[in-house]
Amino acid sequence: MNRPDPAAGDLEQRREALGVLARAESRDIADGLRQLDDGLAYSEPRPPEIGLVMLRGRIGSRGAPFNAGEATVTRAAVQLSSGEMGFGYVLGRDREKARMVALCDALWQVAERRDAVETRVLAPLRSKQKEKKELERARTAATRVDFFTLVRGED
Amino acid sequence: MYVAVKGGERAIDNAHKLLADARRGDRDVPEVSLDQIDNQLALAVDRVMSEGSLYDRELASLAIKQARGDLIEAIFLLRAYRTTLPRFGASEPLDTGAMDIRRRVSATFKDLPGGQVLGPTFDYTHRLLDHTLAEQSDVEEPATAPAEAGRFKSVAELLAGGGLIEDDDPPAGDVGDLTREPLSFPAKRDLRLQNLARGDEGFLLALGYSTQRGFGRTHPFAGEIRYGEVEVEFFAEDAGFAVPLGSIAVTECQMVNQFTGSANRAPCFTRGYGLVFGQSERKAMAMALVDRALRARELGEETGAPAQDEEFVLSHSDNVQATGFVEHLKLPHYVDFQSELGLLRKLQAEFHARDAHTETPIQDAAE
Amino acid sequence: MLDITANTPEFDPAYASQAAFRALMECMARPGQIRSLKGVDAPAPFAPATAALIKSLADYETPLWLDPAFAAAPQAAEWIRFHTGAPLVGDPAAAAFALIGNARALPGFAQFAQGTSEYPDRSTTLIVQIEAFSGDAITLKGPGIKTAQRLAATPLPADFAARMKDNRALFPRGIDLVFVAGTDIAALPRSVMIEER
Repeated sequence: MNRPDPAAGDLEQRREALGVLARAESRDIADGLRQLDDGLAYSEPRPPEIGLVMLRGRIGSRGAPFNAGEATVTRAAVQLSSGEMGFGYVLGRDREKARMVALCDALWQVAERRDAVETRVLAPLRSKQKEKKELERARTAATRVDFFTLVRGED
Repeated sequence: MYVAVKGGERAIDNAHKLLADARRGDRDVPEVSLDQIDNQLALAVDRVMSEGSLYDRELASLAIKQARGDLIEAIFLLRAYRTTLPRFGASEPLDTGAMDIRRRVSATFKDLPGGQVLGPTFDYTHRLLDHTLAEQSDVEEPATAPAEAGRFKSVAELLAGGGLIEDDDPPAGDVGDLTREPLSFPAKRDLRLQNLARGDEGFLLALGYSTQRGFGRTHPFAGEIRYGEVEVEFFAEDAGFAVPLGSIAVTECQMVNQFTGSANRAPCFTRGYGLVFGQSERKAMAMALVDRALRARELGEETGAPAQDEEFVLSHSDNVQATGFVEHLKLPHYVDFQSELGLLRKLQAEFHARDAHTETPIQDAAE
Repeated sequence: MLDITANTPEFDPAYASQAAFRALMECMARPGQIRSLKGVDAPAPFAPATAALIKSLADYETPLWLDPAFAAAPQAAEWIRFHTGAPLVGDPAAAAFALIGNARALPGFAQFAQGTSEYPDRSTTLIVQIEAFSGDAITLKGPGIKTAQRLAATPLPADFAARMKDNRALFPRGIDLVFVAGTDIAALPRSVMIEER
């Protein structure tokens, strides 16, 4: 198994892709995966497994870490017959989602497959997430207070 | 002392059936779904996740349904469930500074960068019952406005430097975890905050209130309250890098408190901190008040008020422990009670025998 | 569509780890008795029972120390990281478990965590791979043994009995030992006494 070099430029892109997948709805990932060609052989070194991650905050928001409470997390790992190992780690208890994320992560690492994963799976997820976030931000912005001064005390 | 007694089995089975029937209620009324609870009783879900110390909206909704809306019972169910799962590890610390803001207000700075953003709040409602909600309601689409890009600087960041406000404690060694090691006193601030984050909202609210009424005054200002989504990352040993897991909703409160200084510290503003799951503003504020009150000894302030008593606060904040001990009184104590009864009869007999043998009654000192 | 159905896991995390835990617990309760585990395939120098025990017992909260025989095999470290997430430590005194691939060079017990009087459980458990449960037998006595229990294990260092005596003198502190050969295990908890010949 190859451990990624944290200095490699690819790693940031890979993490970004995993973030998009983690935030996505399971059925949307499935819709994207369905459009990729089939006949892929892969094994599951880690079948989906549900567990906990302790979520840490920082005292005063920027200080020493403390344990704020746990979250459910599901993880999975798949390995393509060509050797690439993909990891799926997602909040919640959706086994299918963790497996699909791991599969996308593995496919993304194969140079000749990355484009397909980007356009068929990730691009629709990105635009959907962007739309949702922009709407939430616009609605939030509408509740921002615009102060204006009525009368000043001094003459 | 507990003595096993048999004979309750059939009664218990039937009580469970009756409970299930009472939970469902009138069959002509549609059954509530988990999605309905998650969406329409969202703040109850937030509270159950916070005090159940487990972020999972679907499980919290299920717990509320199963508990018939008894939130402490639902919290108990969530705590019991979490013990069945393995833990993969701890997340990277959440960066609340990078929060995708849904609400952010400050009572100390009117014009802070990003502005006062009210979000979905009860604050400016008139607390009049809205009878239109009794029927199915048509809800208007919310208004929108152009959103500014960029990070909302926190009040702590704005005041930082210049010695006006204390800095955050630097990270130091291991992070205490009260789900792994039992709490011992004195507890460090990381353990106190973990305890308060899962503590009972009502208990913390009362304690926070008590500090405002003079029992351990801290002169608080709501420096900033923010609610929104933060990204969670987890360093996965198998992958070898920090993997994004998705985002969660949290509420954070920074109380700014006066500090008059001590022999070796100049006067400055200090801070109390609150961080809870979901939109739980009252809880986050109460937590920040109590966190600051518990720092009295560290800051060399006068102590003695209930909210400053670490052992008292931390030992009684957990509503699952509290309900367990209070409600265990319902368990059979037949033998205990019989022995108390026997003792009382003996004491009474002695009392009356002494009465009969005393010619002149002895007067109680109190009389 | 891509086939995204699950493969059957070879090691059921609930049942298989419970079975391994149960076997180890009974070995600890009956020092010197040998039990068999359903082993797990893992890279050399892992014995199948060692892999099953590690998969059942180790996680991100249990630091592992590897002896030179294990440390020389990077695939073994990869396997541990993937299957348990346990941190590998260089300081044996920081380890919850120590994996010993070369029993002939069994390290001195003093360098491992001995526990404290308040928390005697905070000690290292040594998992020692031997060649076979055969050869010259030692005689064990102590809690969990009715009269005497014989245990044959090859190879062991010449001063093994003396080391175990020193370890016993620390009670309730001290280390615990698990011997592994193939899929068989036997335990020597810190309470055991070895009869002098």
